[in-house]
Amino acid sequence: MQLKQTLDSLNNFLPETTIIITLLVCIIADIILNKKSPITSLIAIAGLLIASYFVSLQIGIKTSIFSGMIVVDPYSVFFKFLFILSTIFVIIFAYASKEMKNSGHKNEHVYLMLSLTLGAFLMSSSINFLMMYLSLELVSLSSYILAGYTKKVKRSSEAAMKYVIYGAASSGIMIYAMSLLYGFTGSMNIFEIGRFLTSNSAGSNPIMIISIVMITAGFGYKISSVPFHFWTPDVYEGSPIPITAFLAVTSSASGFAVLIRFFSTTFLKSYEAINGNWQIIDGVKWTEILIVISVASMIIGNFVAIWQTSLKRLLAYSSIAQTGYILLGLVVANQAGLQAMFVYLIAYLFMNLGAFYATIMISNKLNSDNMEDMKGLGYRSPFVCVSMTIFMFALSGIPATAGFVGKFYLFSALIEQRMLWLALIGLLNSVVSLFFYVKVVKYMFLMRPDTGSTSKIQYGFGNYVVLLLLAVPTIFFGIYFTPLLRIAEASISMFGIK
Amino acid sequence: MIELNYFLLLSGILFSIGVTGVLIRRNAIIIFMSIELMLNSINLSLVAFSSFLGNITGQIFVFFVMTVAAAEAAVGLAIVISLYRNKETVNIDEINILKR
Repeated sequence: MQLKQTLDSLNNFLPETTIIITLLVCIIADIILNKKSPITSLIAIAGLLIASYFVSLQIGIKTSIFSGMIVVDPYSVFFKFLFILSTIFVIIFAYASKEMKNSGHKNEHVYLMLSLTLGAFLMSSSINFLMMYLSLELVSLSSYILAGYTKKVKRSSEAAMKYVIYGAASSGIMIYAMSLLYGFTGSMNIFEIGRFLTSNSAGSNPIMIISIVMITAGFGYKISSVPFHFWTPDVYEGSPIPITAFLAVTSSASGFAVLIRFFSTTFLKSYEAINGNWQIIDGVKWTEILIVISVASMIIGNFVAIWQTSLKRLLAYSSIAQTGYILLGLVVANQAGLQAMFVYLIAYLFMNLGAFYATIMISNKLNSDNMEDMKGLGYRSPFVCVSMTIFMFALSGIPATAGFVGKFYLFSALIEQRMLWLALIGLLNSVVSLFFYVKVVKYMFLMRPDTGSTSKIQYGFGNYVVLLLLAVPTIFFGIYFTPLLRIAEASISMFGIK
Repeated sequence: MIELNYFLLLSGILFSIGVTGVLIRRNAIIIFMSIELMLNSINLSLVAFSSFLGNITGQIFVFFVMTVAAAEAAVGLAIVISLYRNKETVNIDEINILKR
């Protein structure tokens, strides 16, 4: 009986299985080739494409597998596509990056990235504390190694050190809260916890507020929200840029996946959303906690970014601020907010990866990510700088870009729930963010270079293609956003929620 | 039969010592030891709850926490070594190339 159930579950576990096999094949290929070659990356990309085929077979399925450990539902399918897309892009980035080429390693980053993707897949679909913790640690352990990937570079190993200390401490705090919740409710399954809390009307017990705050520490560190953001600027600055892009998109999206599922399904008294609103158990105050975190992330992220001179560090603070915006979609606690978050996450993928790729291309040539060195760069490499401008405008949410669509839906979800003041804070923060995003553009186009060469910089043809693949969707989805809405609408259905 | 509260109190105290160690100690190795202390206090509370509830899940979780703690220590110490090779120090006050 048990065996049959496990075998049946394997049919719905094919994407993950594919990634595990790809990972092993990559390791073997790396041993056989024993040199730096694009073949390992190509195998990984092929494996991810096969995995995406298996994910596409899961569209419309809504079931729990492996004795209620993980689920397959439209929600997790959405995130799996997101992770596959960003991992493919980042593997290409890593191939293009000079930093990674000079790291002295062969292709180890490829299978570390695949194992991170595997962890992210499991994070987006786990409904049990055990699985949530294990998948979070799989993502974390892979990203610690990736952050210290260029081990001869001082700042890279320093970044890894800071990351591992913050990460281990926050996940420790998180499982302490999980052990408290387990002792209180007698179960690790988030649905059974919800049932226990509803039937005993124990939502206002003080232990709940302690546990929620401590669990937010674990997930909040993954999505780099204030006050668990201290590692973000250092790690983003110290790691090689492709890794930074990976952490900013895949790792943080996986944090969102598990955070949203945890909060939106655990504390429901009825699994039927009335008018799209979630029925939260009385006394459980997770929306209030998230409002504080979200507002603090926006304000600190945006205001500290103003003073940054390193482009990587600026993007780090910008992603703290973006985390704040995305969390706004969760605090309204309804389906419309979730849909807005999904729209924003897709836009975020393209514009953030694009900004990082443009940074890679620039720092490949300049050997620096300081904005002072980018003065007048707009005349030396117009194409890259115009793309960078597009990404910067998209991140700040200027109309006709994908970022605007995302912000528009987030704020309108807030206004529909009569949280006008929160939408106003978000809007004012966008204005502040415009200042430092435009500063990058100012350095590139409005300033003359002090010294050095003023000749045109040449890039390879492939670099332009990848940049276009990121820039075109950023503009396209800003003008024609119906497909984004369709995808988001089809994906908000979670296992267990009607 | 010892009451559940004593176990939880001990676990809480150990956890607080661990968190304090992470916050105030400056040696990276000792910070890792403090993190191990945090994880072990969690194991204690999981086992105590598990035996109190008569539910095996908590004890199984403990095995996984131990495994992950070992993996984390392996990765963490590897990073400490790579940092030591670059900077010849494990004092985190001296690890400050990146701006704060």
